[in-house]
Amino acid sequence: MLTIDSMNTYYGNIHALKGIDFDVNDGELVTLIGSNGAGKSTTLLTIAGVLKAASGSKIVFDGHDLTRMSAPQIVKMGVTLCPEGREVFPELSVEDNLRLGAYCRKDKKEIADSFDYVYDLFPRLVERKKQQAGTLSGGEQQMLAIGRALMNKPKLLMLDEPSMGLAPNLVLEIFSLIKEIHKQGTTILLVEQNANMALKIADRCYVLEVGTVKFHGDAKEMQNNDEVRKAYLGSK
Amino acid sequence: MTVQYLVNGLTMGLIYALIAVGYSLVFGILKMINMAHGAIYAVGAHMILMFVTWNLGTLPAVILSIVFTGGLLVVYDRSILATLRKKKAPGIAALVTTIGFSQILTNALQIIFGTEIKSFPALFGNKMIQIGNVKFQFSQVYILVVSVILLLGLTLLINKTKVGLAMRAVEQNSRAADLMGINAKGVISVTFFLSGMSAVIAALLLASYYQTVYPTMGAMIGLKGFSASVLGGIGSLFGAAIGGIILGLAESLTVAFLSGAYRDAVAFILLFIILIIRPNGLFGKAKISKV
Repeated sequence: MLTIDSMNTYYGNIHALKGIDFDVNDGELVTLIGSNGAGKSTTLLTIAGVLKAASGSKIVFDGHDLTRMSAPQIVKMGVTLCPEGREVFPELSVEDNLRLGAYCRKDKKEIADSFDYVYDLFPRLVERKKQQAGTLSGGEQQMLAIGRALMNKPKLLMLDEPSMGLAPNLVLEIFSLIKEIHKQGTTILLVEQNANMALKIADRCYVLEVGTVKFHGDAKEMQNNDEVRKAYLGSK
Repeated sequence: MTVQYLVNGLTMGLIYALIAVGYSLVFGILKMINMAHGAIYAVGAHMILMFVTWNLGTLPAVILSIVFTGGLLVVYDRSILATLRKKKAPGIAALVTTIGFSQILTNALQIIFGTEIKSFPALFGNKMIQIGNVKFQFSQVYILVVSVILLLGLTLLINKTKVGLAMRAVEQNSRAADLMGINAKGVISVTFFLSGMSAVIAALLLASYYQTVYPTMGAMIGLKGFSASVLGGIGSLFGAAIGGIILGLAESLTVAFLSGAYRDAVAFILLFIILIIRPNGLFGKAKISKV
């Protein structure tokens, strides 16, 4: 579904991604893990078209070359990024935030179905429909951000650090929701610092280190890989 | 007598409100003051005069002026301001270019149309109406009706339509708006166009009332409209409208009870007082800056 080939991204002079290769197959939950500054978020932002990939990079989604597309065009292709730090629209109501998630879609009936789906998944958002998003708690904002991304009915949902800054019980809740969304058929690319949790729900995993892919493989195997455990999971 | 002054003040206030809305729209989305807005108002007035003298009829003349003036703002934004945004130029750079654009526009009007004061046709007639002791011109009724309709229309557009929702989204978080698939460039152009449109309508109404146009006609009214938008709380449409009306009424009452000579000064003294009491303006929100 998504194939990435020698993706390079620069922040000015800083060479942030140094030729990353990976792929995500239809229906998979793939996770990118790695420490701070490894390039995880940069990878997602580059796929989403917020950052420009350097020439020579290949990002192919369902046969379309994403490197030539703008961020809004990529959203229309069905690739949706739920960004780090949630980035909800603070002064808009929960409902308007969700409506914006479906900005690229036309069919009113299908949009209504997506509203039902999201409200079903996150019942807490129903109670807060009319409330300004900025007044929600951190966990609720994260749910809203994921819900908003789902409103695009994405073929590929990219989640950037969904557990960041949340209390442990909320982290569990968010992860079980991600698992649920995946089970219902959405392909997911998940970036996480909480590698333990991410590996538990993922099918496959790529470990990034300073802008390159260090290891990759089956998520279960990665959990048992000594080197990975030592570096990212806290060795025992 | 006082009622008479209130009516006149309200009329002027609504014109200020239309100008203020133009500043407020652009500020809301770009956090930038478009100092060329007064000059845009003058461009609009001259365009209408030109098209009217071509005998195109009032409505087509107004529509063409809106298209050209609004279009001019969009082209200006796309060529200069958008480039500055792309290069992440500091806000002050954009501000200075708007001052420059204002001068260029005024100069262009002087070259093309001449510097003298030209007479503008009374497009809405100059019939007087008298109700009790209060006399007003028919064109004042037009000002009242048209500006209220325009202000309500803009409010509906922003609060009830998809493009309005997109405008509010870009205003609050343009990065996230990108991720929703919103074409921020398009939204910004729509905003500039609407800002230009409100300036042209204001010019149409006031020029038909005073029956004059000249290249520097936008300077003072531009400042007043800017003040009105700050007074009401810049970024808020409702605030801009109320700010304009308050300013208009205050000026008119000054003329009534003090003297016409104090008109402009009192308007700005009022601005100081309101800002000291409410630094964000009457309906402005305290700025939430998120990192």
